[in-house]
Amino acid sequence: MATLIRAEHLVKNFPVKGNLVDSFTKKRLAVHAVDDVSFDIAEGEVLGLAGESGSGKSTTGRLLIRLIELTSGRVDYRGDDITTYSTREFEALREKMQIVFQDPVSSLSPRMSVGEAIGHPLLIHKMGSRRERPGMVLDIMNKVGLAPAEYLYRKYPHQLSGGQSQRVVLARALVTRPDFLVADEPIAMADVSVRALIMQLMRDLKEEMGLTYLFITHDLATAKYLCDRIAIMYLGRIVEITAKDELFSHPHHPYTKALLDAVPVPDPRVSKERDLPAGEIPSAIRPPSGCHFHPRCRFAMPACSEGRPPLKEVAPGHFSACILD
Amino acid sequence: MNATSSGPEIRAAKYSPAGIAAGLIRRFSAAAKRYRIEWWILVAGAVVIAAIVSMTLFPHLFTHFRPEDMNAGPQMKPPSAAHLMGTDNLGRDVWSRIVYGARTILGVAIAASLASALIGIPLGLVSGFSGGLGDKALSLVMDSIYSFPGLILAIAFAAMLGPGVINITVAVAVVYVPTYFRLVRGQTLSIKQELYVEAAHAIGARRPTVLAKYIFPNVIATVVVVFSLNIADAIMTEAALSYIGLGLPAGMPDWGMDLSMGKKFLPSGVWWMITYPGLMIMLLALGFTMLGEGLSEILNPRLQEY
Amino acid sequence: MPDSANEPILDIRDLSIIYPISIGTVHAVQDVTLSLYKGEVLGIVGESGCGKSTLGLSILKLMKPPGRISSGSILYKGTDILGMDDRALLDMRGRNIAMIFQNPLTSLDPLMSVERHFIEAIQVHEPHTGVAECIERAKKILSDLGIEGNRLKEYPYQLSGGMRQRIMIGLALILHPDILLADEPTTALDVIVEAGFTELLIRLHELYSLTVVLISHNLGLVAQMADRIAVMYGGRLVELATVNQIFEKPLHPYTQGLMNCVPNILLEQKELNAMPGSPPDLVGEPKSCPFAPRCPKAMDICRSRVPPLKDYGGRQTACWLYEGGV
Repeated sequence: MATLIRAEHLVKNFPVKGNLVDSFTKKRLAVHAVDDVSFDIAEGEVLGLAGESGSGKSTTGRLLIRLIELTSGRVDYRGDDITTYSTREFEALREKMQIVFQDPVSSLSPRMSVGEAIGHPLLIHKMGSRRERPGMVLDIMNKVGLAPAEYLYRKYPHQLSGGQSQRVVLARALVTRPDFLVADEPIAMADVSVRALIMQLMRDLKEEMGLTYLFITHDLATAKYLCDRIAIMYLGRIVEITAKDELFSHPHHPYTKALLDAVPVPDPRVSKERDLPAGEIPSAIRPPSGCHFHPRCRFAMPACSEGRPPLKEVAPGHFSACILD
Repeated sequence: MNATSSGPEIRAAKYSPAGIAAGLIRRFSAAAKRYRIEWWILVAGAVVIAAIVSMTLFPHLFTHFRPEDMNAGPQMKPPSAAHLMGTDNLGRDVWSRIVYGARTILGVAIAASLASALIGIPLGLVSGFSGGLGDKALSLVMDSIYSFPGLILAIAFAAMLGPGVINITVAVAVVYVPTYFRLVRGQTLSIKQELYVEAAHAIGARRPTVLAKYIFPNVIATVVVVFSLNIADAIMTEAALSYIGLGLPAGMPDWGMDLSMGKKFLPSGVWWMITYPGLMIMLLALGFTMLGEGLSEILNPRLQEY
Repeated sequence: MPDSANEPILDIRDLSIIYPISIGTVHAVQDVTLSLYKGEVLGIVGESGCGKSTLGLSILKLMKPPGRISSGSILYKGTDILGMDDRALLDMRGRNIAMIFQNPLTSLDPLMSVERHFIEAIQVHEPHTGVAECIERAKKILSDLGIEGNRLKEYPYQLSGGMRQRIMIGLALILHPDILLADEPTTALDVIVEAGFTELLIRLHELYSLTVVLISHNLGLVAQMADRIAVMYGGRLVELATVNQIFEKPLHPYTQGLMNCVPNILLEQKELNAMPGSPPDLVGEPKSCPFAPRCPKAMDICRSRVPPLKDYGGRQTACWLYEGGV
């Protein structure tokens, strides 16, 4: 499978105003949102990026499509380094690389009708003539299950249900027939029954339109359904990355194990003896030294606080950033 | 249905005159049923404004007297059947001066508001969207102007510029530019943070497009309301300026000037020369205020419904 | 575990709540009859618009106007809450029945320290309690919550989300109420924090002999904690049974649909059987089963008459399919 996206050593720091003492000691404070993250996404693959808040998963997604500028690092699209593209060159690329956000209603301008919103990318990228565009919009609306399309074409976001809004946002992202879609928690705000519909839809669309996804989520159960490979992020770093089945059957990193343990199971017969890590996610401004997880880790050793553990291959295609065996 | 054939059909349905008329009528009755009091306030304001606007457009329907005609009737006669609002000290019919004076005050107020909107809105949009040093500098200038009491500023400018309709309009316009600037800039700053603006960038829209298609339409609703309220304010300012005697040449009938003249004769018991101009100024300003407030309630619905 | 032979501690009978708005009347809750027994954990599940949050708020008469209770009664230990005067109601809130909400960020006053929150919570009901004693009691409950006493001096902005939610529970339980209402308590929390919080709730449930009403759309959470589950749809109670019965053998087609569309991390699921369509809008007098438009097993009668809630050997469901028995 050809590599569609290659991310190398992505770093993103957000500057932060420190307190008075810090300005005296001349320390430049920053939120280390993404701390040297690298991964590949093969064409046709769904890579899941899973983690809790502060993990940097959403920022990583936005970095890939340059909604946020990298502090350092490189992103390749089909072998071309797109980080060096000018803004104008990159805008042309947006036809091929799209994103859907977590909150579909907020992603739509309240003053644009469904038809206008979905049709706008076509206008921007000069796809289709003026006569052809409404037809193209109706086409994609039918594909994502927005029916009756002619009726919904004229509606405004406040007149739609949650599920419909999410479909509109998907339609808008897919109308230019992109290769690559970043899905940033697309179902987190939807109702339980709607989630299943959207996930099925995303799966069907992937097959039909030959898409590649980066699926960002905090819900591992959903990731299990949709993803081929999964990367677990903690405080700006990837701590584990491997194929889906391997991750769920043989998790290596203690954080991954804790995460899997914590996922609520809709089955009362399952009683889990949980060993939850102590404490909470630390601040991304002053993260713990060495392995970020060591203060909360049961297996922590002195070496864990010295130096960042590299992602090592613990099984074929299975990488974990933990020095344990 | 054939996908390509439905395109033109959708566009046609959107723009047919019959469709628009039907849509408007439906919206009117739905709004009346739904909004009750706010709707009627809006309608009341609209009616008042319409009445006064028709005075400016068709003065001959309202009076056959000329406002400058000093032989219209005997001097200083109280209201009677022949002269609905009486006559002034120069024998001119007061009602005719009201009718023809509407042009001046309405014209200046609307022109001034339009001018300040056309300057303040784009400046606010671009300044709020771009930010940076230019934004800070411009905000400083606007805030300084804004902090001046409006009337004093208008008087200063009117005095500087001298008499004339254009000059009066400019003087009033200057006062209100910061109003639009601040409003639009504030709205732009907050809308800039919205997810749909980020989404617009994500689909590849360039900054001018984002500003025009995503930010401006969401800002405009508040502006329309402010425009109406602003005209009410401008009416009062224009009246005040001409009351003081600044700006307008003596020949043109003007409510503010008549107000000032009427004041002189009030101690001798001539109440009609001052009362009617005063009432009309108030009525016109009230009309625009009601229109603006009614519109505000309707366009920006409060979330009283769960 | 509940002892059903007991008198219920909270008895909701034929409760209906409406919101009269300009386009019509929203029937947010329709004829709900439900009993809560001492010591049990009752889960109320459903999706947005099903009425579960409105139902929870109505127990303490906390609905926002124009919402109001149009019929029915809520009996707490025999006394009708809906008939109580304001003073009795205020007294009951916090002392007998307490509530925690979804977003701890907005539930705490940013200008008051944690300590102040506790002092106020106690003194509102027991004005004569001294500050020192309030602090002692706060420390005691914080230790049950797993929080060090020295955090009392801190302000909400210094606490993490999980910590704030724990403080919320502490404030809710400081006066040792009988009943705790929890409205989506973990929805805003991270996965691991959520797991810790769930364990805490279970521990507190035992420690303080609480009766808990857990309102949530998270089936995993409810599966862990609840003894019985009430399923709501379109403002109506459509199924009520023990947690095992609901998950192993759901009767109502909506419950069945729900069970089939939730991903389970322990299973290999090739397909999630999603339910097409969306929940009904609740405007206007209901004349049919609310689920009929989406129900794969809908019959003619479902579209013309509202099915009543019927008991089938201890478990209840409102569905015409079981007219002749289960």
